[in-house]
Amino acid sequence: MLGFTIRRILQMIPTILAVALLVFVIFSIIPGSFASSLMSDGRGGADADMLARINAEFGLDKPVHVRFFEYITGLIQFDLGTSFKFREPVTDVINARIWASLKLSIAAMVFAIAIGVPLGFIAALRPGSILDTITMVFAVSGLSMPQFWLGLLLMYFFALQLGWLPSFGYGGGQLKYLILPAITLGVTPLALLARTTRAGVLEIMNEDFIRTAHSKGMSNARVIRWHLLRNVMVLVVTTIGLQFGSMMGQAVVIEKLFAWPGIGLLLVDSVAVRDIPVVQGTILVIVVWFLVINTFVDIIYAAIDPRIKQT
Amino acid sequence: MRGFNFNLWFGGFLTLVVVIGALFAPLLTSLDPVYDANLMNAELPPDGEFWFGTDEQGRDIFTRVLYGARISLTVGVVSQIINSVIGLALGISAAYWGGWWDDLVNGLTNVMLAIPSLIFALAIMAILGPGLLSLLIALGLTNWSWTCRIARSSTLSLKGQGYVQAAQTLGYGDIRIMATQLLPNMVGPILVISTLGIGAAVLAEAALSFLGLGIRPPFPSWGSMLTNARELIAIAPWATIFPGLAIFVTVLGFNLLGDGLRDYLDPHMRTREQ
Amino acid sequence: MTPLLELKGLHVGIPARRKTFEIVSDVSFSIMPGEAFGLVGESGSGKSLTALSLIRLLKSPLKVTAGEILFKGDDLRGLSDRAMRKLRGERIAMIFQEPMTALNPLKTVGRQIAEMFVLHQGKSWAEALKMAVDALADVKVPAPEERVRAYPFQMSGGMRQRVMIAIALACDPDLLIADEPTTALDVTVQDEVLKLIAELCSARGTAVLLISHDLGVIANMCQRVGVMYSGRLVEERDTYDVFADPQHPYTKGLLGALPRLGSRHGAAGRQRLVDIDSLITDKSSLLEKFYFEPRHAVRDPRLRAGGPP
Repeated sequence: MLGFTIRRILQMIPTILAVALLVFVIFSIIPGSFASSLMSDGRGGADADMLARINAEFGLDKPVHVRFFEYITGLIQFDLGTSFKFREPVTDVINARIWASLKLSIAAMVFAIAIGVPLGFIAALRPGSILDTITMVFAVSGLSMPQFWLGLLLMYFFALQLGWLPSFGYGGGQLKYLILPAITLGVTPLALLARTTRAGVLEIMNEDFIRTAHSKGMSNARVIRWHLLRNVMVLVVTTIGLQFGSMMGQAVVIEKLFAWPGIGLLLVDSVAVRDIPVVQGTILVIVVWFLVINTFVDIIYAAIDPRIKQT
Repeated sequence: MRGFNFNLWFGGFLTLVVVIGALFAPLLTSLDPVYDANLMNAELPPDGEFWFGTDEQGRDIFTRVLYGARISLTVGVVSQIINSVIGLALGISAAYWGGWWDDLVNGLTNVMLAIPSLIFALAIMAILGPGLLSLLIALGLTNWSWTCRIARSSTLSLKGQGYVQAAQTLGYGDIRIMATQLLPNMVGPILVISTLGIGAAVLAEAALSFLGLGIRPPFPSWGSMLTNARELIAIAPWATIFPGLAIFVTVLGFNLLGDGLRDYLDPHMRTREQ
Repeated sequence: MTPLLELKGLHVGIPARRKTFEIVSDVSFSIMPGEAFGLVGESGSGKSLTALSLIRLLKSPLKVTAGEILFKGDDLRGLSDRAMRKLRGERIAMIFQEPMTALNPLKTVGRQIAEMFVLHQGKSWAEALKMAVDALADVKVPAPEERVRAYPFQMSGGMRQRVMIAIALACDPDLLIADEPTTALDVTVQDEVLKLIAELCSARGTAVLLISHDLGVIANMCQRVGVMYSGRLVEERDTYDVFADPQHPYTKGLLGALPRLGSRHGAAGRQRLVDIDSLITDKSSLLEKFYFEPRHAVRDPRLRAGGPP
């Protein structure tokens, strides 16, 4: 088990490096540079001299391989460079905002699991019933809905019409500010979890070992508790992991909508002003988060399902 | 779900409605989505003349939604075609040729799967700047990994089949074999993935446009319509409701169609959800 | 002696709006305590369904539509679900055909055996696991103290089937139903497993309902045999009698289809394998009296007259 864990953790590293490389490559070929966007706001005709000076100041005039080398060495020391816009180390800029994103992601995920998994379970235990159909319709709708539209609608009803909740902002961390963004972000994973859980339960229910369990004289409830649950969890855990991992990415739009000061919002704003170090750093953080979560999920999976460790 | 495949028919119906709306937009509305803007008519609620109401510039939302369908469908279909082509090309060739090429493609696929698609699209849009073409390229480069995986595993299992070896002995070139022998056998799953992919692309385009990185105003992309609508939400909620509803109906249509196709082709095909 | 199990006129089918789609028709037989009774027939003859209906493990829409199932005198059909559950595993146990999938892959073998003790005898898990080791030893699994912590995927098919037997016999049931227990196993292992069942059951006085399509398997173990065809019991006698002097045309066909090493038929020389046209007649178009006629190699006028012989 320990060996497996270590191996999986080590497997992350090449992928992280590859992503870092990819991100760097993409952004080093960016045509409109930060300097020109600083100066001319996209309007044509920047002063070549000024351009050169700004470039030199931000180190953009060095040849590509030098920049890449500096980038990698910086990475190893957890130094992501300096933000063009804020003139601060990127790591600080990100640090200031990452907790907000984490909070949002965790809240959304808890919401999704707490409602999605039981819903999928119940739907599967009564297949074809009204409840089942409603759940599935709800699930597929949740997956088809643009999250920000849902957010806007919720905002309209609960904040503007009913006045129960604030419509946007962080509110210094008060719970009521978290509710709308978390629900909005959580609906899609909820829908997916409901579907996956339902499919998992239906699949497992038809397995032979369930019949064996019944033949032992167990009640339905006990069969579910002793045999169904663990086997379904194995299937569901993977989905949970994938969703949680990509949540930081999904959160981008929600953060923009609700003016939630997380790294998603940071990313969008930085892209708009072409603050390359921040963009690179943020993307890297989001990806590393994804990989870490996935690895974690794999490890948990291996702990539950003894067959995996063989690979 | 035996017998009547609700997903397939209803999904197909919804998709058809959207396609018809897009194709016949000029026939269904006499107004222009961009230029027929009369500030005197700004922010009117839905009524007999403006079925969906008007936005802050006095433009008819119904018209804009119809023309927006053209944008969304174009982006969805074209980007998915690009995705499929890339995915198929890489997946089939990786499994067929094996060796370092397979390793490379696998590595690339892993990296792509590690980056959330929205982020990747965002990054590419950042380089290319906003606009329809950039959007097509960005979205076209984002979602090919699943197609690639499926194509690769299909090819791996089909590679040893008799008819493939027969074609090889006949001297067919590799490309020809890949295109004529292997590809036709994957049509089913690829079709399902592509249909679902169009839905995902429409959502992605809406999100990017909403963020201001996609289709820029005044063009009637549903996503950018929602950006504007956000400002007016207190006084003109219909500006939010209808474009969003359009996105929802479109994506729902494609999702149901995709699910229906999957059930139709093989009810046991349900792999782990993406 | 009162029979342990008595089936009277069992009908199993799918109730539909206008008429019931019947799969098992009018099956009656009885099993004495400690006896080994074989149920033989080809795939689709309804033998497995008969067995499943005994312990109420039929999956809807299948239902027992008529008949009595008397176990130690009580009609099982009248029992509440709760009472039925108590019976299952404790008094009537069942083992199935596919040992590969019959066990939960995520739980240790020991745990799955121990469940029986916790469930039916109220033991603690610690105690139950110890008892599980003994159970494994009883079914001749080598190194049972270690094997207890093994997972199913770490075991061969034959070994898994032994585990299944251990589970089934854990609470000393009165009746063991074995549905094609060896069909999925290698030939060499089949013999061992069957011997094991025979030994254990005769030692404990457990009656066995052995279901198989393989006459050889049945012949080796069962005192009496029932032959099922197309949902009906066409013959039920002592094994020896069935083999020596088959009455029903189907049984004759079945035996005739058995290749026998080195046998001769009469003086003429080689034996000809009798082929029974392999078709399960479509149930819905089954006419009551003439159920065997389409396949009957020897046209027997008695069948036409009405009713089975």
